[in-house]
Amino acid sequence: MASVTYDKATRLYPNTPRPAVDSLDLDIADGEFLVLVGPSGCGKSTSLRMLAGLEEVNGGRILIGDKDVTDIAPKDRDIAMVFQNYALYPHMTVAENMGFALKIAGVGKEERAARVLEAAKLLDLEDYLARKPKALSGGQRQRVAMGRAIVRQPQVFLMDEPLSNLDAKLRVQTRTQIASLQRRLGVTTVYVTHDQTEALTMGDRIAVLKDGILQQVGTPRQLLDAPQNVFVAGFIGSPAMNLFPADVTEDGVMFGTALLATPRETLAKVTGTSVTIGVRPEDIEISPIEGKGLQVQVDLVEELGADGYLYGHSEVEGKRTDIVARVDGRDHPNAGETVYVHPVESHVHLFNTESGERINPAAGH
Amino acid sequence: MSGSLNIQAARVDPNLLDLPWRLPLDEWPDEIIAALPKGISRHLVRFAHLSGHVVAVKETTDEMARGEYEMLMTLQRLDIPCVEPIACITNRLSRTGEPLKSVLVTKHLTFSLPYRALFSGRMRKKTANRLVDSLTLLLVRLHNIGFFWGDVSLSNTLFRRDAGAFAAYLVDAETGKLVARSLSDGQREHDLEIARINIAGELLDLQASGRLDESIDPVKIAKRLQETYTSLWTELTQSESFASDETWRIRERVRRLNKLGFDIEEMSITTDSAGTTVHIQPKVVDSGHHQRRLIRLTGLDAQENQARRLLNDLDEYVARHSTSGLPEDMLAHQWLTDVFEPVIMAIPRDMRRKLQPAEIFHQLLEHRWFESEKAGRDIPLTEAVESYIRDVLAHHRDEARLYNPPTGTYTVPVEIVSAKKASAAAKKALKETRVTSHSGVTTGSTAAVSPTTEPTTAPTTPPVEDASGRFVDPLTPAINDEEHEPVPFGEDPDDAIDWRDLV
Repeated sequence: MASVTYDKATRLYPNTPRPAVDSLDLDIADGEFLVLVGPSGCGKSTSLRMLAGLEEVNGGRILIGDKDVTDIAPKDRDIAMVFQNYALYPHMTVAENMGFALKIAGVGKEERAARVLEAAKLLDLEDYLARKPKALSGGQRQRVAMGRAIVRQPQVFLMDEPLSNLDAKLRVQTRTQIASLQRRLGVTTVYVTHDQTEALTMGDRIAVLKDGILQQVGTPRQLLDAPQNVFVAGFIGSPAMNLFPADVTEDGVMFGTALLATPRETLAKVTGTSVTIGVRPEDIEISPIEGKGLQVQVDLVEELGADGYLYGHSEVEGKRTDIVARVDGRDHPNAGETVYVHPVESHVHLFNTESGERINPAAGH
Repeated sequence: MSGSLNIQAARVDPNLLDLPWRLPLDEWPDEIIAALPKGISRHLVRFAHLSGHVVAVKETTDEMARGEYEMLMTLQRLDIPCVEPIACITNRLSRTGEPLKSVLVTKHLTFSLPYRALFSGRMRKKTANRLVDSLTLLLVRLHNIGFFWGDVSLSNTLFRRDAGAFAAYLVDAETGKLVARSLSDGQREHDLEIARINIAGELLDLQASGRLDESIDPVKIAKRLQETYTSLWTELTQSESFASDETWRIRERVRRLNKLGFDIEEMSITTDSAGTTVHIQPKVVDSGHHQRRLIRLTGLDAQENQARRLLNDLDEYVARHSTSGLPEDMLAHQWLTDVFEPVIMAIPRDMRRKLQPAEIFHQLLEHRWFESEKAGRDIPLTEAVESYIRDVLAHHRDEARLYNPPTGTYTVPVEIVSAKKASAAAKKALKETRVTSHSGVTTGSTAAVSPTTEPTTAPTTPPVEDASGRFVDPLTPAINDEEHEPVPFGEDPDDAIDWRDLV
C-alpha cells in the first residue's frame, strides 16, 4: 500500500488553449479513500487516467509511494483499475474466478492459493471457494468480482465512475458496499464521480475540480462548512446552497432588510459595494419578526416527514432569485404566502463577488 | 407527458411501434421473441422479430442506451465492423403508468457466430488462433480511429467466417470512448491488458467446461493477441528511414500494408536537409484493401479474406481472357455472370441460410482443389459444385441466425435483482433522472402485438429448442436470474471439493 502524490501534474492536449489538468498538487495518504469530483470537463477523469498511465503527463510528476511513475507503463504501476465489467465465468469455481488472472501473470500455485484465501476471508467467501457462481447469491457474486481485483494486491485502486451504469437503487447499495470494503481493505483508493452526493457519502476526503484546476480538497464536513469559493459552495451540498448578491454597508452585510454584523477584517476584503452571500437551506430560518430579513414568496413546500423544504423566490437587485429553506415538516408556511427569512448568522458564507473567493472565517474553522 | 414514448432512430421502421414497449422485456409474448438466450448479463437482452429481421433488444439505463446508440452510429459511419443500431427508445411506461427501462435495439448480424458456438465442436488450435487474430485486427482498426474499447473480449465480439479465417464485429460499445485525438500508448496498452485477461478467462472457462481442445493453451492464445497486435500496429504506424536512392522501399511499404489488407490514404514523406535520407510514415491507413477492389470490380460485398480469395480467381480469369482485348472491369463483370453467379444460383434455396455466398464460393474453390488433387485432373467448377453441395454444404449447420447472449458471462458488480425489484428500481431511477424533452416519435396508444409472419428456421446447434419451444444456448448453463438466498455451506455438492486443487 502506498500514498499517491500529484506534483504540479499537468495534461495539455495538443491544439487546445488550456490544460485539461493544470498543475495539480494533491497528496493522498496511504489507505485514504479520495474522491475526485466536479462537473463534466473539469479534468477529474483525466487526473485519474494520468495516475493510471493512460494519459501522458506534460508537466510535473506523479508518485506512488516514493516511486516516480510519470513515465512508467500502466501495467508496471502496481495499480488496479477497478471497472464495472468484471466478468464471472460460469464454469469456473469461485477460487478459479478470483485467481485466474494471477495464473496469467505467472504467480505460483501456492502463492495463488494463499492470496485467494486471504481475499476470500476479507470478503466472507471462504466457505464458497469450491462453488460455481451459479450457486451464489447476487451479493456474493459481486464480492467474487471484487476479489479478482483484491488478489492482485495493488498499491492503489482506481475507480472511474464505476456506478454510472446502474440505476439509482443499485447505485446507492453498491456505493455503500464499495466504501465499506475499501475501509476493510485499507487500500489507497482514488474514485472519480460527477455526483457530489456520492462523493460526500464515500470519500475520506474530496477534491473538487473545475476547468482543470483544483478548487479545494477536504473532508466532506470541511467542504460543507467552509467552502473556499463560490463554485465549491454551489457544487457541494444538496439541495444546493442559496447564493445571491448582497449590499455591503460600513457595519456589515444586508440580508434583505436585516443587517448581518460583519467583522472589519472581512469587510476589508470586499471589492465594490456588494458581496456574494451563501446560506445552506438548513441554515435559513423563518423570521419571527414580520418585515425583518429577506422577503420570500413561497412557491411550494415539499413535506418529507419531520422536515420539509420550502421552495420560494425573492427579488434581489431587481432579479428573481430562487430560495430554498429547510422547514418543519408540519408547521410551515404554505404556497402563496409571503414570509421573511433570516440566516443562522454563524453559518453565513461570504464571497468576494469579483474573485469568488471566500472572505469570512467559517464557523469552527 | 404520460404515455409518450421517445424513439430515436436512423430510419424509422413503422413496425417498431408495434413491438410491446409497454411491457417489461422479460414479459414479452413468445410469438415475437426469436430466441431466449440464457445467462446473466448486466442487462436483459432478448431477440425479437421485426420486419423480417431479427433484432436484439437490450434494457438498460437512459444514458447508456442513448450513449451506445450514438456510439454505434458513429462507428458505422467510420466504417468499423459492428452491429447496426436501429433505435434507442426512452421514456417507456407500462400499461399502469410505471416507468420502464430504456432500450437499445440493434439488428442481429446475420451469419455471425458467437465464440462459444465456434467452440461447440472440437476447435483446432489453428482455428482458435485465427479467431483471436480477427479480434486483434478489429482492435487495431478501433485504436486507429481513436476508439478506446475498455472491455475487449470474445463475448463482446461476433465473428463471421472469412475464407478460412474470421472477421470480427464489435457488439458491445457500452464501455467505449471515442477520443478525438489519437489514443495514448497507455490507453492502447490498457485495452490490450483487458483483452489478455478477458480472453484467457473466457478460454479457461471453456476449458473448465471440457470444451477446449487439449492442444489449446488459454494463456498462450491470450498472449498471442498482444504479439500480433504489436507487429500489426508497428507496420501501420512506424516511421522508416532509408537512403534517397532506395525509393523502392516506399512501394515495398505500400505493398506490405496492402497485403495486410490496408490502404494508405496519407503518407508523410520527408527528406533531411542534405537530401540523402528519406523518412516515411503512414499517416492515415484504411483497412479493406481487397474488399474495396472487389466492390469496385464486381459490386460484391465480402469480408477481406473472402475478397482476396475471390479476386485471385477473378484475376486468373482476367488473365486467361486477356486476349479478348476487353478492359479489366468488363472482364470482371463477365466473371461475375459466368462464374460466380451460376455457382450461387446452383445452391438449393434451403441451403442458402448455411453460409454467406462469398464463403460458399471460397469453400467451393477449396473443395475443387482437393477433388482435383484426388482425381489427378482439373475438375471443372460445375462438376465440383455438385459434390460440394452433397458432401460438404449439406452437412453444414445453418449459420444465418445463431443467437447467444451478447455476454456469455456474469458481469458485476451489479446486484442481480428479480424482475419485480428491477422494475421498482427502474421506476425510482426514472423518477430521479427523467428527461423532460420529448422530441421524436410519440405514441400514446397501447402497442398492439403483431407477430411477423416470417417462419422461424430452427438453427441447429446451438441454440436448441427447449421443452417450451424457446431457443436456448446449450453451451451456457441455465441460470436463474432471480436473486436467491445463498445456499448454506455444506449444502452445495461443490462444498466438499478442496478448492486448492483448482486455483
